[in-house]
Amino acid sequence: MITLDFAINAISLGSTYALLALGMVIVYGILKLVNFAYGELLMIGGYSLFVLGLGPRLPWFVMAVLAVGVAVLTSYLTERVAFRPVRENSLTAMLITSFAVSTLLQNAALLIISPRARAVPLPDVFSESALVLGQSVPIRNLLAIGTSIVLLLLLVVLLRRTVLGIALRAASDNFRMTRMLGVPANLVISVAFAISGFLAGVVALFWVGRTASVTPTIGAAPLLVAFVATVIGGMRSLEGAVVGGYVYGIVFSLIGVLLPQALLEFREAFMFVIVILILLFRPEGLVRGAGAARKVG
Amino acid sequence: MSMNPRGWVLRNSTFFVITAGLLIVGAITWAIGDLLIERIVTVMFVDVILVLALQVFMGNSGILSFSVAGFMGIGAYGSVLFSMTPAAKAAALPDLYPFLTQVHLPFLAALVMGGLIAALVAAIVSYPLMRLSDAAGVITIFSLLVIINVVLVHWSTVTNGPRTLFGVDRFTYLGTSVVFCVLFTAVAWWFKESRTGLRLRASRDDAYAAASVGINIVAVRYAAFILSAFMAGFAGALWAHFITSFSPYAFYLSAMFVFLAMLVIGGPNGVSGAVVGAVLVTALREVLRSIENNVNMSKILPSGLVGFTEIVMAVLLIVILILRPGGIMGGRELRWPPKGHLRWPPKCHLRWPPWKRAPGGTDKGV
Repeated sequence: MITLDFAINAISLGSTYALLALGMVIVYGILKLVNFAYGELLMIGGYSLFVLGLGPRLPWFVMAVLAVGVAVLTSYLTERVAFRPVRENSLTAMLITSFAVSTLLQNAALLIISPRARAVPLPDVFSESALVLGQSVPIRNLLAIGTSIVLLLLLVVLLRRTVLGIALRAASDNFRMTRMLGVPANLVISVAFAISGFLAGVVALFWVGRTASVTPTIGAAPLLVAFVATVIGGMRSLEGAVVGGYVYGIVFSLIGVLLPQALLEFREAFMFVIVILILLFRPEGLVRGAGAARKVG
Repeated sequence: MSMNPRGWVLRNSTFFVITAGLLIVGAITWAIGDLLIERIVTVMFVDVILVLALQVFMGNSGILSFSVAGFMGIGAYGSVLFSMTPAAKAAALPDLYPFLTQVHLPFLAALVMGGLIAALVAAIVSYPLMRLSDAAGVITIFSLLVIINVVLVHWSTVTNGPRTLFGVDRFTYLGTSVVFCVLFTAVAWWFKESRTGLRLRASRDDAYAAASVGINIVAVRYAAFILSAFMAGFAGALWAHFITSFSPYAFYLSAMFVFLAMLVIGGPNGVSGAVVGAVLVTALREVLRSIENNVNMSKILPSGLVGFTEIVMAVLLIVILILRPGGIMGGRELRWPPKGHLRWPPKCHLRWPPWKRAPGGTDKGV
């Protein structure tokens, strides 16, 4: 039952989810903000691709880069316009703001474009298959794996070898202390949002690549995925987020094969039961981060 | 507590002021006699109960609670199973479990069942969740909403799955909804002023200080969560017997967004804020929706104005959170005599640009 095709599919799913979780946790680590508008960044990336497809014929790669750029810009703008002014208020205020931003972007897509699905231009490789060890495997999946590995390596270099990266990691460890040491808070937070938007934009390419279309509500599913993967990874550490993403991708694929058909519909509910159990019994996740979620009682 | 009735009335003047307001709105609506306005106001009263349910837990505990919409759904489906006639059930839910097919209760009993089932579900699942605060608390309660929704969508035997459930008789009219609205205002007010409510609010303001004076934070949160679920379930039941046909998607994030907007715009830390927010937001939404409908009918814009209402609501919500995080009421309650509690114009941190913080403290809001 566990064929090569299945394994590659699971790993490519996991790679996508790892990027998703990383994009969420990089903001969470610093602001403790669970960004409900994160899924909408994917949607914006998808719609950018759709809009660019209407214009003059550009090479797909150029369109993809531009779409990711729009996602980065949107993420930065949401921080600048909505999150920064409420940052000093309570965490709940920030959470509600992100929920409002999510609703805002979703309905903006409804209003400006259409409630109906829109076709997104994709290069031919996305629908082709390659022969790997005698089995046909969608190239899209291999691309997802390759892209994630490259991006993860780049992020490791950014976070470990550059001043900015070190500031980011320090901020997610102890934001107040980092500020006192003279790291500009606004810059760090803006960069975190930009990276978050970048990862969401890249994931958007593969996400819309599966269905070749984009709808205003396309962000809901990846948001839930990012939640689950982030929690599995322990919410604090960036390594944890990557592990959480892969674990989620693989477990989700396995559940799809192993669970009887009648229960398969409840697959999402199972994943969220796992989330609750992890938060209750192992809030530090699979990978121990710097600090666990605060508990009372 | 003194037995002086005048003192008692003054101490609870908030409840009486709100009740008077709700009754006046109800009476005016009844006097106008317009069917459409009556429908809007009836739903508004049900929404007030839902926002009060949200306030009971979120306002007093400070934990953002997404699950109200889920418990509303449980109450809706739970009550309908008891109020539908066996014939209607046979038609709408052919695969229903045999022990439920013949049950038929009067409406009021069915509404109470809806609330009780929601409270029971909350009581069973929520105790361990009450240990979590902050982001972890939000994610678990959010997860609960997702789980409830998945179950409602896929448990076709009882809910008719993602499809619309038909065959519910109407019970909720203007009078019904205003009576229960007043009743649950009393409940929310009583809870806020009760020992448990006071302890819960103390834990919201400073969990460590509260724990250090012997408050069992988990227990008080648990009590509020169950009460909140009961109110949401009951309101869901009222709504189900008003709308008479519905699907599980009515009890998910878009509904939750409206309730949250109502509470936060009104002011989450008080009962008055919940009621004022629900009333004002209903009025605003109706205005926006009529604009939306008029534009759509007149075909000024080729693609219509879908989503306009939610966009304005979202912007308003963000603006309120930035400029006045305590909501319109700013944590105060309506009182009689007013004693300068209500200032007009309300004090507001108006500054430009808005992201530049004013020095000094801000009013504590959400």
